[in-house]
Amino acid sequence: MSWWLPPAASTFAGDIDFLFTLILVITGIALVVVEAGVIVFAIRYRARPGRRAFYTHGSAKAEVVWSAVPAVTVVILGIMSNGLWTKIKGRDSVPAGAYPIGVRAKQFEWRFTYPGPDGQFGTADDFTVRNQLHVPVGRPVVVHLTAEDVIHSFFVPEFRLKQDAVPGMDIQAWFQATKVDSLELGCAELCGMGHYKMRARVWVWPAEQYAACAQKTSQEFIDCLRPSPALGMTGGTGS
Amino acid sequence: MRKLGSVAAVGLGVVMLGLGAAARRPATQGGATVTGKVKFTGTKPVMPKIDMSEEPKCKAKYTTAPPTEETVVVNQNGTLANVFVYVKSGLPASAKYPTPAPPVEIDQDGCHYRPHVLGVMVGQTLAIKNSDGILHNIKAKGLKNRPFNISQPTTMTSNRTFTAPEVMVPLECNVHGWMQAWLGVLPHPFYGVSGGDGSFSIKGLPPGTYTIEAWHEKYGTQTATVTVAGTETKTADFTFAAK
Amino acid sequence: MTSVAATAPAHGAHHAPQSFWRKYIFSTDHKIIGIQFLFVSLFFLLVGGVLAMQMRWALGFPGKPMPGAGLLPETMATNGVILPEYYVQLVSMHGTFMVFFAIMPLLVGVYANFLIPLKIGAHDMAFPRINMASFWTALLAGLLMFTSFFVPEGAIRSGWTNYAPLSARPDLSGVTIGQQLWCISIVVLGLSSVMGSLNYITTIINHRAPGMTWFRMPLSVWALFITAILGVLALPVLQGAAILLLFDQTIGTHFFDPVAGGQALLWQHLFWFFGHPEVYILILPAMGMVSDMIANGSRKPIFGYHSMVFAIIAIGFLGWIVWGHHMFMSGMNPTLGSSFMISTLVIAVPSAVKVFNWLGTMWRGNLRFHVPMLNAVAFVAMFTIGGLSGVFMAATPVDMYIHDTQFIVAHIHYVLFGGSLFALFGAIPYWYPKMFGRMMDERVGKIHFWLTFVFYNLTFFPMHILGMGGQMRRLYDPTQYDFLKPQQPLNQFITISAFLLFASQLLFAVNFLWSLKRGKKAPLNPWEDNGLEWSLPSPAPHGNWDRAPTVYRGPYEFSAPEAGNRDYLPQHEKLPTDREPASATAPAAGH
Repeated sequence: MSWWLPPAASTFAGDIDFLFTLILVITGIALVVVEAGVIVFAIRYRARPGRRAFYTHGSAKAEVVWSAVPAVTVVILGIMSNGLWTKIKGRDSVPAGAYPIGVRAKQFEWRFTYPGPDGQFGTADDFTVRNQLHVPVGRPVVVHLTAEDVIHSFFVPEFRLKQDAVPGMDIQAWFQATKVDSLELGCAELCGMGHYKMRARVWVWPAEQYAACAQKTSQEFIDCLRPSPALGMTGGTGS
Repeated sequence: MRKLGSVAAVGLGVVMLGLGAAARRPATQGGATVTGKVKFTGTKPVMPKIDMSEEPKCKAKYTTAPPTEETVVVNQNGTLANVFVYVKSGLPASAKYPTPAPPVEIDQDGCHYRPHVLGVMVGQTLAIKNSDGILHNIKAKGLKNRPFNISQPTTMTSNRTFTAPEVMVPLECNVHGWMQAWLGVLPHPFYGVSGGDGSFSIKGLPPGTYTIEAWHEKYGTQTATVTVAGTETKTADFTFAAK
Repeated sequence: MTSVAATAPAHGAHHAPQSFWRKYIFSTDHKIIGIQFLFVSLFFLLVGGVLAMQMRWALGFPGKPMPGAGLLPETMATNGVILPEYYVQLVSMHGTFMVFFAIMPLLVGVYANFLIPLKIGAHDMAFPRINMASFWTALLAGLLMFTSFFVPEGAIRSGWTNYAPLSARPDLSGVTIGQQLWCISIVVLGLSSVMGSLNYITTIINHRAPGMTWFRMPLSVWALFITAILGVLALPVLQGAAILLLFDQTIGTHFFDPVAGGQALLWQHLFWFFGHPEVYILILPAMGMVSDMIANGSRKPIFGYHSMVFAIIAIGFLGWIVWGHHMFMSGMNPTLGSSFMISTLVIAVPSAVKVFNWLGTMWRGNLRFHVPMLNAVAFVAMFTIGGLSGVFMAATPVDMYIHDTQFIVAHIHYVLFGGSLFALFGAIPYWYPKMFGRMMDERVGKIHFWLTFVFYNLTFFPMHILGMGGQMRRLYDPTQYDFLKPQQPLNQFITISAFLLFASQLLFAVNFLWSLKRGKKAPLNPWEDNGLEWSLPSPAPHGNWDRAPTVYRGPYEFSAPEAGNRDYLPQHEKLPTDREPASATAPAAGH
């Protein structure tokens, strides 16, 4: 098993992993300082006959230091996080020309609506496929998320992307896959007794193959997208 | 304690049923029979194929032809299957019919309900079986009967009963959106479902004039009036046209 | 010691003897009410733990028959296999019981009741009858919630957060009566909490003993004071939301159902507007009591008392403007996400100040590791982990990945178990002598501490790893996902650790119950502490003091030079240099 994050497979996954690692290092240092303090003090200042505690009510200087250091650290982290957040989830963050796919979540399945040959979402040649998300590699994809019944959450670990699908709302989320692969999409919001089975397969295809197949609809589209051994698709990152 | 209690309850129930049946036994045995065929006219609709690749266990059960949806099943001989035919009215209001002890079984096999349409009497046990060994949930969306929504994560059987007549109670699985079944709940045993040859039969009817209704999930209902006497057999055919 | 003798009355001096019912059941004595809360909430803690064990079984060994599951009805477990609908109930009710009926009443119901009058030198609460009503309504709420397991379809299935529209639509959740009982129980509980909180606030403002100025109050009282303010403002929001939810289910309104024009996110806003202050309700009293225990165990004044007070106030205030950090992924406007991120990160500062001040208190102390001190130090060590892991989810882009994963489960348990529960494992033996007149056994207490500390970490720390691997919360069977299958051995490891953690609590239960009758007789001041409560006999009598004690100094004057040979100096002890306080804030006799 892995003791770390799953492999990164979207353009912004690396940035998120960097931020994760940075926070891990910073909090790791803080953790070591505190826990070392606890252990050292617990041993060094344990009660012994004849000892008397040092009578003090504190130190303004120390207080200032240990208020200021965390404050400055969190402000820096906040600024860094916000830049990345705006880039990924901001209102205007969806790249122009992103390939649109509709995602309608319901108890307990994902329905993906593809734009069809015209590449336009919401036209007559759209078609819907159950539990199979097919996307091209190296091209931004925008998913229009909604839910039919209750709240679900669209989560592809390798993309580091999570976004709730809420009934009554049309929420856009985008990603750009970086490698040809077969991944899993899970529901991350408790949506009922079948929540744990609400799984879909994500296929990331070579751009040319995808473009060619996108000219077809429905079952033909699915049949057109067949993995060839050369693509090295594993059928799941964990297996 | 719980087990003991249920044994006692079942025992008591059997005794009560026996008494009830003995008290005023309607002529269910050796009565009249209504049979017939459900014909289908027009173009046979093409049922969409179902991609079961996310459920390898189910997919493996279809070696010859890929699974399709079962909204309209037209038989080889041009008849319509899965039509629920039952006595809608004409029985004496006061008549009571014993609840059969053996349960009615519905199986989830190959991510399909078997059978797709079935009937059960009020109070009779519906045994819901999961032969697939993967998660199915069974959601019964009755209006007159208390709705239920149960799940079966593995191979198992769950029993349920129904309290009020209702045609039909839809059953569905939300893990596999295509899985649908229809359950007719009746206070009497006079119902049948058209099978692979399109025929049905309703047996043991006491003499009288009855309204017989044929129900199909897509094509709606049709009725026929039949008068029977003694042990005769009458025919009532129905015809549904493609829409 | 002479002043002690002067203020401690003979047993029941101005209270006529009472019948058993009046004394222990329908009591208006704040101490008895605290003890009632203690027994009831320990019972619900056990319930929550039993639910957790079943949940862990399902997670570690999905689809395998659970030993003992034969006792469960078929609707919960078939052939011993926990059903997904029961699993979701376990998840939901474990959270509900632990948050609303175990941790919250243990901290607030027990210790606000027991400690506030004792520590500020009051005879009782300001409104003793309302106080009694507060206990009985809490018990009623708990029983209503407990009943929901036994109604058709069982308890709620939408998580302790009960997100709508899943919770609002019986056709989608599959729960009717259980869901309604949840709403009603929460409304009743809110009533109890408001009655209690108003009482605590009034008592602290009006009934302090002469000389007990605001900045001579122990940090536990400060924390309970701020907690009470949070309680009186937060619970009504949840009550309102629960009433709307009840209407959605019963009389056909659609506040939360978008299909009919409602707003799905409305529930989340209301819930978390309550929910985040609630998190501080669950931790501030623990922080306060830990401060008392650490100062006592270190034989040193608390380091930076004033900044500790301001940190409590700051956390209490900031707690109101961070609720959106639970909703970064909910579809809420991303710009709001940015502002909630900032307020959330800011809250790290007062939390850090508190941790460093506890360390500062231990620094150059003369540390006595009695059981309360062990647990209090463990609180600091574990709460730090919980606080630091919070930084990950405060950073919105990282939260995008770890939100709703086991990482969050690890975080909340480091705060609520590693934090609140360790504080309680310290507080219970610490004030036990004043409650029951006997001591809990130190040796058993230490064994219990170490076993709990080890198995607790083995249970909850690996959940961080699961979360980093992407494992979502509330999954009945994680092995349904290929990418989670390799993690299953770790899940089994956690499950076994959790069973051992649960088993270790047997020691606590035995120690607690055995000591009631057989524990060592408690002296007046077993921990050599400065608080006013230690001037009273153990157990403290009804009405506490005959005459309110006079307070001459703060509560943490350990090892003060003027104390002479002793290393503590009680608040009520008059030294020749002390002057009488200018005016009394409390009437001489409460009733």
